[in-house]
Amino acid sequence: MATPQLTMQSPARSRFRAGLKLLREWPVVPIIILTLLVITAAAAPLLAPYDPIRPEIGDRNAKPFWYPDSDGRHLIGADHVGRDVLSRLIYGSRVSLIVLAISLSSGMLVGTTLGLVAGYFGGHVDEVITRLVDMWLAIPFILLALVVVIVFGQSFIVLMALLALLAWVPFVRNIRAEVLVLKTRDFVAISRISGASATRIMVRHILPNVFNTVVVLATLRVGQLILTESILSFLGAGIPPPTPAWGVMVSDGRNYIASAWWISFFPGIAILLVVMAFNFVGDWLRDRLDPRLRQI
Amino acid sequence: MRRYLITRFLYSIVALIGATAIVFSLSRAVGDPRYLYAQEAYGLTSEAWEDLGRRLGLDKPLVAQYFIWLGNVARGDLGESLIGRKPVIELIGNKVGNTLQLGLAAWLLATGVGIPLGILSAVRRGTVWDYLGRGFAALGQAAPPFWIGIMAILFFAVKLGWLPAGTKGAGASAANIKYFIMPAVTLAWLSSASYLRITRTAMLEILDSEFVKFARAKGTTERSVIWKHAFRNALIPPLTVSALVLAGFITGTVVVETVFTWPGLGKLAVDSVVQNDYPTMTGVVLLLALVYVVVNFLTDMAYGIIDPRVSYT
Repeated sequence: MATPQLTMQSPARSRFRAGLKLLREWPVVPIIILTLLVITAAAAPLLAPYDPIRPEIGDRNAKPFWYPDSDGRHLIGADHVGRDVLSRLIYGSRVSLIVLAISLSSGMLVGTTLGLVAGYFGGHVDEVITRLVDMWLAIPFILLALVVVIVFGQSFIVLMALLALLAWVPFVRNIRAEVLVLKTRDFVAISRISGASATRIMVRHILPNVFNTVVVLATLRVGQLILTESILSFLGAGIPPPTPAWGVMVSDGRNYIASAWWISFFPGIAILLVVMAFNFVGDWLRDRLDPRLRQI
Repeated sequence: MRRYLITRFLYSIVALIGATAIVFSLSRAVGDPRYLYAQEAYGLTSEAWEDLGRRLGLDKPLVAQYFIWLGNVARGDLGESLIGRKPVIELIGNKVGNTLQLGLAAWLLATGVGIPLGILSAVRRGTVWDYLGRGFAALGQAAPPFWIGIMAILFFAVKLGWLPAGTKGAGASAANIKYFIMPAVTLAWLSSASYLRITRTAMLEILDSEFVKFARAKGTTERSVIWKHAFRNALIPPLTVSALVLAGFITGTVVVETVFTWPGLGKLAVDSVVQNDYPTMTGVVLLLALVYVVVNFLTDMAYGIIDPRVSYT
């Protein structure tokens, strides 16, 4: 039997408890990271101490401020041509977010549309779309991307198209599966009887019901897109230089790893934190909005 | 069952043809292969130029060229590489072993670490073990593999000098294991994270199911509940992600082999793309796509054998 306890919690202690509860129920840290990311990207010109593109030969591989022989002008060092690592990181957030937003939204649009159409119409339409997805999944994406970049050249548009092509598949599969269930429901039958067109049923009646899934899938997909973008940039098929991109920065530092580790280290940490933050928010959203997607 | 097998098989072939067709047409779009094939191209008369085109089959429409290529592939002839003029099949043959060894090492690591940690994390839910396991998975899913590789080189090769920074040692002696450690761990981390998460979710679901509750109610020991009742059933979902893990390995080897200059297929592919060597590139892509499709097919089959509730319709 539990003994009744007379608790006299100090206000500070209960505030601490409340803080812990908040941390457990909300992804506070990831949200802070993502908010900082957006602010950094928006205010890049104000925050960056140096020009992210102009080389400064005198500052080649300049050391971070905590080294005794550093002049402290570059907070976390400079890269192999003397560009400030911090400034490039700050501008890099901007590039990442823009590429991400455009590729994800186009992939989402195409994938959701195809998923709706395949699930709703079924039959040959469904067959063609499903085969298309299978076919696409059989191609090793990174290799295809490398070939495409060689054919069309390295540019932002090519990169965003490629990432959009990477993004659409899970939307098709999951939305299709949901629509297959939804379309047998009474409200769909009733609107069909009352003369609604197929487009109207899909957009007005089915889409709102799969919207949660779309949001969850999109958030869970962000991390993978950032990672793939950085891999492509690393392999020299991503964001064209000299635009600062985190993946390119890691690659830049590869040859100087013994003498100037900070060139590669910090952009990698930035990618890690951002991807992790998106993954945590995605997991959290999924558990809240759509626990059936837990297998992903 | 038989019908299901046949349709799945046909679908796999369709997927393969589509995938190679895309890659083939892209590789032809790179430019006229004659410029690369014949170094002496600049001095050629127009007749000799046409003749070379005919010899390479370039006068035929692209679709025909694709089917000619496909027919050759079926007979094991992948053409000649443009750089070095060696049969592509030979080039691939030289590298495939290295990639397989690396992939196998990484897969053993990924399952050997991911599945037990997933079970531990589920059984000891909410404890330090759970948080450690999930932290390990979260890191693996968020850290860019090339960065892990470079940082590993920084610490274990440059600073500590324990492990070699790259390439693969010759021969098969025990000393060669040290060449495998960093590339295999780098390649395995992401996959072990997926295995961990999937196993954990499956295990939690099963530990919460009726038959486990019943086993507990009738007084079965905790050890027997976990290993005899729950564990076996929790192995099904990790199996289904094996195809995804393989897809991850294909991307992964390209990156890992580039970082560690590992003489495998991934590096061959990257090199051939950079050198515009389209026969080699299409050969590698074909092989990787084939592997992927076959594994997908096998996974579908294995799924039905392990879990008899799956109906083949």
